[in-house]
Amino acid sequence: MNAVVIGCGRVGSAVARGLAADGWDVTVVDEAEDALSRLGPSWRGGFVVGHGMDVTVLERAGVPDAEAAVVATDGDNTNIVIGQVLQQRYGVATVVVRILDPARAKLYSDRGMSIVCPTQTAISGLLETVRAAKPASAA
Amino acid sequence: MYAVVAGGGKVGSNVTRSLLQLGHEVTMIEQRPDRFARLEEEFGPVVIRGDATEIAVLERAGIARPPELLLAVTGDDEDNLVISQIAKETYGVRKAIARVNDPRNQQHFDLLGITQTVCATTSILGLVEHEVPEHGLVSLLELQKEGLAVVEVQVEGGSPAAGKKAGGLSLPAGSRLISVWRQGRTELVEPSTVVRPGDQVLAVVPTGETADLRRALLGAPKQA
Repeated sequence: MNAVVIGCGRVGSAVARGLAADGWDVTVVDEAEDALSRLGPSWRGGFVVGHGMDVTVLERAGVPDAEAAVVATDGDNTNIVIGQVLQQRYGVATVVVRILDPARAKLYSDRGMSIVCPTQTAISGLLETVRAAKPASAA
Repeated sequence: MYAVVAGGGKVGSNVTRSLLQLGHEVTMIEQRPDRFARLEEEFGPVVIRGDATEIAVLERAGIARPPELLLAVTGDDEDNLVISQIAKETYGVRKAIARVNDPRNQQHFDLLGITQTVCATTSILGLVEHEVPEHGLVSLLELQKEGLAVVEVQVEGGSPAAGKKAGGLSLPAGSRLISVWRQGRTELVEPSTVVRPGDQVLAVVPTGETADLRRALLGAPKQA
């Protein structure tokens, strides 16, 4: 099973390593060559230097044969566009996209995109923790 | 008409100025503080500051009215694509025109249904092609919805079509020769029209088959 991870920052690199540990053949795409070091010295998967908007880069990373893709560059709009390209042009079965802005995350999630929004997760988690700690008398 | 212009660079600010002069109502969105300050001096309340890909900023600009026209003309193609998508699909803006900065991204706009785009590089390249006679075929207009292109072909002495009747040429299916321009005059092409060396032939052809049309009229392309 082939997976492509676009963006090799903290999130992308950790996801790539996790998928590789699960037995996926993973190829990572990042603009910066030194992002490869985030994958660790024992990285056996693929690594393509380039921008995820560039279809030649996507194709070199094996997107046409990928069953899954994770899009986690540092740009919300870049992720939104690449996610749709992977789904609609290449028919990748599972595409999940990171969007930091909760409003855009909701909008594209409502349109059927598979989204992870760390900001919304933080907001919900923080709220829940404080709400759970509220003394009963204040309710 | 009400127009929202996303991006206050050279394109955005000049289009805004022209629209205002034509008597239209415009809101322009610019993110960069230095640029915003300069624009505000000239445009006053017409320009608002913010990231035009944020829903709240678009709403402040009146996207929910909705405007008759949205122009996504920032220097970032991903931003222009997302702004156009949100405007069209979430707010029902009928007409969204997007600027394509890198012509390689044109395919993404096409894929995602943002059909009205403007790319300066492609336009300039079109003009360059017009000036390069040996190229032979110039694309004049692309009708995306119809899947047709209007092209101009320069017939030379050695071209396979030279000296033949238009009706006898085997052209790609769905294509037609419209007119020939010769000796300063335009003539409509009839099946009996003989194509001559020096003719500039105007033709309509399904997009993607321009190379076949070129081959039918001019033969195999010359190597540069």
